[in-house]
Amino acid sequence: MATNKTYWKGIEELEKNPNFVNNSKNEFSELLPVDEFLNKEEVKTEGTNRRDFLKFLGFSVTAATLAACEAPVTRSIPFLNKPDNLTPGIPNYFASTYYDGFDYASILVKTREGRPIFIDGNKNSTYTKGSANARINSSVLGLYDSKRAKGPAKKVKGSWAKNISWSEVINPITKDLKSVASRQGNIVILSNTIISPSSKEVVNNFIASYSALGAKVKHVTYDAISASGILDANNEVFGVRALPKYSFEKAKVIVSFGADFLGTWLDSVAYTKDYASTRKPENGWMSKHYQFESLLSLTGSNADVRGALKPSDLNNAVAYVYSKVSGDSVSASVPANVKAKLDKAIQDLSANKGSSLVVSGSNDKNIQVLVAAINNALNNYGSTLDLNQPVYTRQGNDAEFVALTKEMNGGKVDAILIIDSNPVYTSPASLKFTEGLAKVDLKVYFGDRLDETGILCDYLTPNHHYLESWNDFNPAKGIYSLQQPTIPKLFNTQQWQEVVSELAGQTINYAEFVEANFKATVLNSSSKADWNAALQVGNISNAISSSSVVANFGSALSTAKSKFKFQSGKFELELYTKVGLGNGNQALNPWLHELPDPISKMTYDNYVTMAASDAMEVLGVEDTSDNRRDYLYIGQDYPAKVVKLTVGDVSYELPLVAQPGQAKGTIGVALGYGRKGTELFTRKEWLGDLFDTENNNNNTIGKNVFSVANVSNTISNIVNSNVSVELVSGKSYPMATTQTHHTMMGRKLVNETTLSQYISQRGTAKEHGGYNEQLMILDSYGVPNKPNELDLWAEHPIELVHRWGLSIDLNSCIGCGACVTACHLENNVPAVGKDEVRRSREMHWMRIDRYYSSVKAEKDYHDLNGRQDYLDAEVSADEPTVAFQPVMCQHCNHAPCETVCPVAATTHSDEGLNQMTYNRCVGTRYCANNCPYKVRRFNWFQYDSLNIPAFPDFAKVNAAQDDLGRMVLNPDVVVRSRGVMEKCSMCVQRIQAGKLDAKKKGEKVQDGAIQTACSSACPTNAISFGDLNDPQHAINKEKEQERAYFLLEEVGAQPNVYYQTKVRHI
Amino acid sequence: MHIVEAEIREPLILGHKSYNDITEDVCRPIESRANSLWYMLFGLASILALWGLGNILYTVGVGIGVWGLNKTVGWAWDITNFVWWVGIGHAGTLISAVLLLFRQRWRMAINRSAEAMTIFAVMMAALFPGIHMGRIWQAYWVLPLPNQFGSLWPNFNSPLLWDVFAISTYFSVSLGFWYVGLIPDFATVRDRATTKLYKVIFGTLSFGWSGSAKHWNRFEEISLVLAGLATPLVFSVHSIVSMDFATSVIPGWHTTIFPPYFVAGAIFSGFAMVLTLMIIMRKVFHFEDYLTMKHIEYMNIVVMLTGSMVGVAYLTELFISWYSGVEYEGYAFMNRATGPYSWAYWSMMTCNVISPQLFWFKKFRRNLVLTFILSIVVNIGMWFERFVIIVTSLHRDFLTSSWTMFHPTYVDIGVYFGTIGIFFVLFLLYARSFPVLALNELKTILRATGEHGVKGSKAHHDHKEGH
Repeated sequence: MATNKTYWKGIEELEKNPNFVNNSKNEFSELLPVDEFLNKEEVKTEGTNRRDFLKFLGFSVTAATLAACEAPVTRSIPFLNKPDNLTPGIPNYFASTYYDGFDYASILVKTREGRPIFIDGNKNSTYTKGSANARINSSVLGLYDSKRAKGPAKKVKGSWAKNISWSEVINPITKDLKSVASRQGNIVILSNTIISPSSKEVVNNFIASYSALGAKVKHVTYDAISASGILDANNEVFGVRALPKYSFEKAKVIVSFGADFLGTWLDSVAYTKDYASTRKPENGWMSKHYQFESLLSLTGSNADVRGALKPSDLNNAVAYVYSKVSGDSVSASVPANVKAKLDKAIQDLSANKGSSLVVSGSNDKNIQVLVAAINNALNNYGSTLDLNQPVYTRQGNDAEFVALTKEMNGGKVDAILIIDSNPVYTSPASLKFTEGLAKVDLKVYFGDRLDETGILCDYLTPNHHYLESWNDFNPAKGIYSLQQPTIPKLFNTQQWQEVVSELAGQTINYAEFVEANFKATVLNSSSKADWNAALQVGNISNAISSSSVVANFGSALSTAKSKFKFQSGKFELELYTKVGLGNGNQALNPWLHELPDPISKMTYDNYVTMAASDAMEVLGVEDTSDNRRDYLYIGQDYPAKVVKLTVGDVSYELPLVAQPGQAKGTIGVALGYGRKGTELFTRKEWLGDLFDTENNNNNTIGKNVFSVANVSNTISNIVNSNVSVELVSGKSYPMATTQTHHTMMGRKLVNETTLSQYISQRGTAKEHGGYNEQLMILDSYGVPNKPNELDLWAEHPIELVHRWGLSIDLNSCIGCGACVTACHLENNVPAVGKDEVRRSREMHWMRIDRYYSSVKAEKDYHDLNGRQDYLDAEVSADEPTVAFQPVMCQHCNHAPCETVCPVAATTHSDEGLNQMTYNRCVGTRYCANNCPYKVRRFNWFQYDSLNIPAFPDFAKVNAAQDDLGRMVLNPDVVVRSRGVMEKCSMCVQRIQAGKLDAKKKGEKVQDGAIQTACSSACPTNAISFGDLNDPQHAINKEKEQERAYFLLEEVGAQPNVYYQTKVRHI
Repeated sequence: MHIVEAEIREPLILGHKSYNDITEDVCRPIESRANSLWYMLFGLASILALWGLGNILYTVGVGIGVWGLNKTVGWAWDITNFVWWVGIGHAGTLISAVLLLFRQRWRMAINRSAEAMTIFAVMMAALFPGIHMGRIWQAYWVLPLPNQFGSLWPNFNSPLLWDVFAISTYFSVSLGFWYVGLIPDFATVRDRATTKLYKVIFGTLSFGWSGSAKHWNRFEEISLVLAGLATPLVFSVHSIVSMDFATSVIPGWHTTIFPPYFVAGAIFSGFAMVLTLMIIMRKVFHFEDYLTMKHIEYMNIVVMLTGSMVGVAYLTELFISWYSGVEYEGYAFMNRATGPYSWAYWSMMTCNVISPQLFWFKKFRRNLVLTFILSIVVNIGMWFERFVIIVTSLHRDFLTSSWTMFHPTYVDIGVYFGTIGIFFVLFLLYARSFPVLALNELKTILRATGEHGVKGSKAHHDHKEGH
């Protein structure tokens, strides 16, 4: 409302007194007595005296000094409008899905301030049930990979034009595709398995639209690690080209022929949890697991009975089991040393018809037909494996891919769109894919960077990272999951589905497309609320119509029976996938390189593995246990010997690693290595004599052996002829291993028993002679005491509010390492690079110790008398039993580390935690020396900023040194400075958050409400966390189990970590 | 002190010296130009010292990672060197304090330099706990200083903290004792000084010493008091250093025998180092008349005795590790003797236990060349002893999965040899500017145990009336 009111300063203003008007122009209406002040006599005569001078001097020096200091540049962008549900300090969780053609898992993504920082399994999934593995939880680092393509690019006269707009690539591609169509040319979409219904529709729309224009368009599916053998076998026998749904949880007897179903075989993420559920002796029974294989796989190392067979013998073994189980006569001879184990397996299988399971890792159709016939004869279809609920996560068709390469080489392909696939890297050299690609006129690559394939194409249309993408997935019939972005796209990328649609003339918003599609086909609802609910849970399981697949073995079986045999060679090569790198998709992720291989404990390399006796033969040294110990040892300053592996006319120089448990006559080399781009990590110190000074492109991490894969009816990872190995004398190769000693030396580190003993000793296991005998120590009066009853120190108060503890079930632990990487990303553990790992300086807060039994086969240290016994006990047995033991800080109640720290930087909390105060640590390392478990890690350098020529690795492998990479850091955990000790904190930040949560809810901390990174990442629930003072917490039941024991109880450290005895079903 | 020694005793000062001769001989290095041998040694030591300083700066600048340590072996050369230097420091105090209390007159020719050696060796030793810290700039946190972090004190349970107190006490008492002994000698140098500079320097250093009876009285008293104070320190310092290991849980460290065994080892290595230095000094400054073969022989006997004590300790450890029946302990010693570091163990055994046994023979005890070589061998052996204790115990402890090896880097080696260089730089400077023999004390025994006294008194008897 307007007003006419006026205000005056005084009556003079109201009256507009001329004097006032005149004065109001001046700033000071009255005359200030400046002159009077300045003309004062004292001021004039005084001048600047000494005191004033010093004041001025002090002030100006201080001011100049302060001005000279560089003020820290703080980059922070305040919210103008706070986004919904985004509170600094409070994490948000999004249900999403990981699928890269190799691993499928429904996941939960933790974001902080809009950044995804942690990946966990999603327990709502009925397929993967909350499991994830090391590859999946480490994949978050890939999002912040600053070497990803930052936008579309096209090749102009042989060089790449980057920084161009999307229309600059889409328009010419469309033009070229149309011209191909106009001349009835061939267009091929080459992708890895697509299990997304919406993506399939996009592909189909593309095919339809260009077919309508006259082009011949087809979609070829190609998996880097192919399951064609099993798919083709199922197609012939059952008429379903899909994987069966395996139900390991229903299997009482599991026989695996080289299938690493806990590590990398098919949907291992789903199988591990199911398998572990059959390995609980508390149930009174355990599945019996037989593994027959050539290399020692993660699965084989967990088997109750294991037989090592060359690949050719392995095929015979499958046929042998088939003949015995079905009564069908097939002539297959198996080596005598394994025959007894096979017979025992056959006996157990036959006794458990309908609740047994036979699987094979072979990619040979004939073997898979035999395996199907075995399962069929055992009535396992419908119970432990089921094709009525087919699994779609592998659909690659090797025959189609082989045909495609022939067409390409014949110049019959005019345009190719390559999606989520890197065939130049993964296809066998004999298929000449690279040569064929050069003959294709239009090559569009939908990868994330100019990798092996991308660099040879004409256009790069970079795809979103999966954490920036929308998608839907249908891993198995009736099971659906969704993928949603957890962060806006970081670079100028676009989802391939949108680009492909645009090429087909339809501009879509893929998010809306997925939503519409999902509502229509899965939810059968048009309600936004239903969609939101599905998105929140991430998973939908629909009832599946009961159909009955009928087996028709017929001719497939007779072919299989006559063609299952492999020609046997002196050396047979098996290419395998490692738990860390899998198919090599994530070969630029340093976390996965630094994750030690669960079996060999090697980091950063692939290598030739051989049986020790074979290795000694190659070295030309007499095969004695002393010589094995001396010649096969690989450690800090003991580099590996280099061998030349020749396959046909290709040869590789690779380091040699003797692998206990490997079948004699077998050579193993891991796939997934030698990726382009990894040469940026390496240097002379990493590669030793194999460093190529002339062409740095050859200095990749490991060597790519995909190219020697065998092409028969499928692309096979077994090469059984023309394989030879010879020693390259005079060359050595430094190897970085986290464990240089492999046996327990008669010490009771991993306590073991058998199932029969476990059952017969119920109630007496802790007594004298029991498998878990309670250790007693005599005091000075000769009275036996438990180790925790004899004490020099005063007790810590343990009956306060909480006392946190862990229980680790060594029977459930399969050694996969998912906990190690989860801990790594939760706690901002620095990656340090190969050279530092080689010097035993890896920073992992938790590790998984892997022990082999020794040639001495000692039961305990009483069996070791004298020097030679101890030396023999250092040498691993040829066919060892294997034990895994996750070790993190044991949070001892009487911690040896706490008493020795001169500055009290490591202390005991009232909640039972052994705390490390980084700020107070001066770095004497006394605590680490005095730790019996050796779990403390010292910051030898400033890993997050040291970048000097003498130590160039940290800048390459430590995400914290990259502006984008450091976005992956967990803001709840500080990045440690150089010179301080660090170690497992039992995820104290999660404990604090959980306590706060409970407090807000006004309740006690509920069991399971707090999970450490390792316990939440464990796919087999081997690690459980809880409050030892709260009887409601499950850990209190677990610690009372008869299997429970403390590691090194005799030292008297009184840990808060319980281990559960490993029980073998033998 | 006008006691005449028995004739069968060898004189401790040869060559019919007069009081003035002693003054002249001892003051000569201070007042004249150094000879070329001194310059050679000094040049060599300076190069080593500079190289060592460079390596220390590199370590502090970049991180402890420039050494060869790892997750399992958290101490190696650093603490080996620390214990080695502390051990060497022991002989000085033993000689000046314990032998003073026992009225051993032969100590008078060697105590000044032995104490100087102690001080420099303790300085070198004190360097290592400092630079081995990850964050040396926070080193003052180990001191119980009032602070603003709340009432935050060091951890009084930690043997490392005990070390701080033990070493600093030891260093200050040794320094005080040494300085008190120097006062009358500084006064002698002052009185002889011809330049103004020397007069001012030595005048200040000698605190206005006038040589009055009262001064001498106080001097004797304070010497005795300080000797009394220093004597328990001889035993406490190395006992406490040994507790760094003995109070831990690591097999091979967790041993009750450590305190006496470490003290014996320390005296052993200290005497060996005194021998090394004395033989060089005898040669460079022509002190054959003062550092007689008898002195060398006495010290060799101490070396032989303590070497044998150390040998008994080694054997006891071995026996107990077997007799205890503790599997980890048993393996730790099996591994020492036969494992990958057995070469270090057998070097230690040879140098420390076997080689001193040569001194059972008088011929060897009085052989200068052999003594010089063995004195170095013993210190090599004692370095290996600490290396064996620290590294071979750590590298294979409880969990076999963590077993690993330690390989030193050039920085490890550079720092170690650097401290030897710094030590010799300090010692050589001392030799040129301090009275290296205890003038005033030597003069007190000249009449009694000098050749003049022992042999001379006999001659006096022949010619004149006896005293």
